[in-house]
Formats: sequence, structure tokens, C-alpha cells
Amino acid sequence: MQYEAPQTLDAALSLLAGATGQARILAGGTDIMVQLHMDTTDPDMLVDIKNISELRAITETDGAFTIGAVTTGAELGENEAVKKMWPGVVEGLELIGSTQVQGRATIGGNLCNASPAADVIPALIAANAITNVVGPNGSREVAAEDIPVGPGKTSLAQDEIVVSISFPARGARAGDAYLRFIPRTEMDIAVVGVGISLEVDEAGVCTQARVGLGAVAEKALLVPEAAATLIGTSLDDAAMEKLAAAISAACRPINDRRGTIEFRTDVAGVMARRTAKIAYDRAVG
Amino acid sequence: MAKQHVTTTVNNDEFEFLCEPKASMLDVLRDELNLTGSKEGCATGDCGACSVVMDGRLVCSCLVLGVEMEGKSIETIEGMADGEKLHPLQQQFLDHAALQCGICTPGVLVAAKALLEKNPDPTETEVRYWLAGNLCRCTGYDKIIRAVMDAAKEMRAA
Repeated sequence: MQYEAPQTLDAALSLLAGATGQARILAGGTDIMVQLHMDTTDPDMLVDIKNISELRAITETDGAFTIGAVTTGAELGENEAVKKMWPGVVEGLELIGSTQVQGRATIGGNLCNASPAADVIPALIAANAITNVVGPNGSREVAAEDIPVGPGKTSLAQDEIVVSISFPARGARAGDAYLRFIPRTEMDIAVVGVGISLEVDEAGVCTQARVGLGAVAEKALLVPEAAATLIGTSLDDAAMEKLAAAISAACRPINDRRGTIEFRTDVAGVMARRTAKIAYDRAVG
Repeated sequence: MAKQHVTTTVNNDEFEFLCEPKASMLDVLRDELNLTGSKEGCATGDCGACSVVMDGRLVCSCLVLGVEMEGKSIETIEGMADGEKLHPLQQQFLDHAALQCGICTPGVLVAAKALLEKNPDPTETEVRYWLAGNLCRCTGYDKIIRAVMDAAKEMRAA
């Protein structure tokens, strides 16, 4: 295996374009290092993208944030401006692994690892996050929900790199949240994960909503039917019932050692109600 | 693939070595630099026995490639005591009998030191969450937590 750590995006793209055999991108390494150890991956080349400045930057323009793909959980958790605007995204990323893993695991890595149970992906979907991708033919923008296509599989080509993730500016009365269910309190993989982002008007009526749902399908899902149950309401009990029903209807989970189909389908509705309440309280302020 | 030349700093000493691209930092620390204080528990980032600080961040050295040490500054358990003088955390671990088999202890100490540098006055809950990535199968954690709390108190008074 060849290891390369280019300093520029162009150099990284050239390495990927010129690779013979399998080339993989190394971000924080918290997934790839495990796969290397377990012999479940054997790339011919690893391209470490952590030294590329564009991938490290966090910028804000008129309320719209762009977060470099190799920003770690620890780094994002220390960014007060992002935490204030997108607390749900930050809490999703910060839930991944231990303190040690937080020092390495990146926002772009969690997205591109494409685990169905990834914690940051439902929060990114809810936030309407846009992934800025570059490849040999230039750059393109991909909605966060369109990156994963199945367990460990993305829509990206081998010679493409996620540079950053952009978040749209939004009004003052807006909030987001991410909650997951795990059988313990820390250091576990989501049995269900729900991200919700919403905006309210002066009367506290929800005007916009997006819902991301994780760990209950082959990939994290955008659930517009669930978002629709919130719009026009103040998240009263009737709306919460409809939200839970819409969420459960969107679930198509598997049975595994972490949860049964029935359990996941039911708990997803419960978690959605709780997540919506937190996002709403943050939006109302 | 040929080995790659790496220059790095470990516990304020500069090291140069030739590194297999697939070798982890933990492999390099133990087998190349003979710093065997960092332990391999799981090699998958779950147990924390290989914890080190790299450029100010607590990390699992099993989840970092040796070649990624290039230009970095690493702190391991070997750099914790000042000569023969133990760090307050190390002394409190002895006083509290906060270790039994000792395999997890270097990682716990490195992680606890990183916490106290960031937060000198943590609550017990904060200590427990910070150390959630350091597994100990002997002590039941309580003595570890008490040792860290008392070391924090001692260090604040110093």
C-alpha cells in the first residue's frame, strides 16, 4: 500500500486520477484503520487529505456556514458560532465514539463512510446540507442525502473528493436537534437516529421542517412526509402523533443484535417526537 | 511498497524512522521506538489502552498510521513523570489503588491528563464521560474516578 499526503487539492486529485488499482481517501481514519486491521479493506493507495487547507477551514458568509470535510468532532464542538446555529449537527458529530475518536473522526468521513447508523448524516439531511465535491471534471454540489446509497457505499466516484459541507443561512427563529437511541449512555452505535431542523414564525407556528432518519434502512433517509406533519402546527400532541406515525411508516429496518424491526419502528417514532420538541424549543428560543 | 521516512517528536525528543505504510502509530511506538507503555487492547479504537496526545488532541494511537506522525508532536505515558517524580495523577492512582492488572492504566492516565489540562475542575460526570473510551475490566472504575478527582484537586491547589 502506498501512502500519500498531498498538500493541495490539485495534487490529491492527480493522485486519485493516476491511481492504478484501488485508491481510498484517508480522513480521520477511525473507520479505515479498523478495516485495515480487520483485513476488510486492502487499498493500493491511501490519499490522506488532512493537510489540504480548503478541507480544514470553517467559514461563514451572511449566516451560511461552510465546514471543511476533515473538521473533527472535537474541532466542531469548540466552534461556538456553528454550535449556536446548528446545534443538532454538532451534537450528531459529537456523539460518535469516545473522546479519543472525537479527536480524529471527521464530518466528511462520517458522511462518506456511509454507515446506515451514522450519527451525523440524519442531522446533515435535516439541515439541508450540501456537499461540495471536486473531481477531474470540476466541482459539483450534492445534497447530503444523496451521498450514501447503501451500507458503506456512496454515489461518489473513486477520483472525487468531498471538500466541504455547506449549510444554508436561515432565520432567527430556527433550530435543529439530533437524538439517537442506544442501550447505554455513551460509546455505542445508533439503533435509531433522528435529526430534525425547523423554522417557526412569530406565533410559534412551524413554517419549514426537514427530517433525517438513521439506522432504520440501508442508508439514512430524508423523510418529507414526516416534515409535512410539523408544518403549520405548534407541535401540539396531535401533530406529534402524526409525526410518529409518519416516521414509523418510513422505517424499513432489519433485525440485528441491536434491535428488532418492531422495536426500531416503534422507537423511531418516540425519538422523532423528542427530537422535534428540542428543535422547536431551540427555534422558539 | 518501500518504507517511508518519518521525522516526528515524541515526548519532546525527535525521532526518525522508516515506516511501513500500513503500520499504526501504536506499532511504531512499541516496536520501532521501544516505547511500550502504550498498550494494544483491541486495535480498533474501542478500549483506549493506546491513548496518546498528538498535537494537543487525545487520540487512539491504533487509529493513526505511523506515517501520519510526520511533523507531529506526540505525548505518551513515558513522558508523564518528571524523572523519578511521578505526576500527581500517577501518585493518586497508586494511593487509591486505582489499578489492578495495569493494562488500561497508561491510557487512562494519558486521557485523564488531557482532561485536566483542558478542564482543571471537572465534575465527576465530566470525568466519567471523558474517560468513557478507556475500558478497565478490573477496577469497576470507581477508584479511577476518585483518583482523577483527587489529582485534579491537588493540581488546582498547587
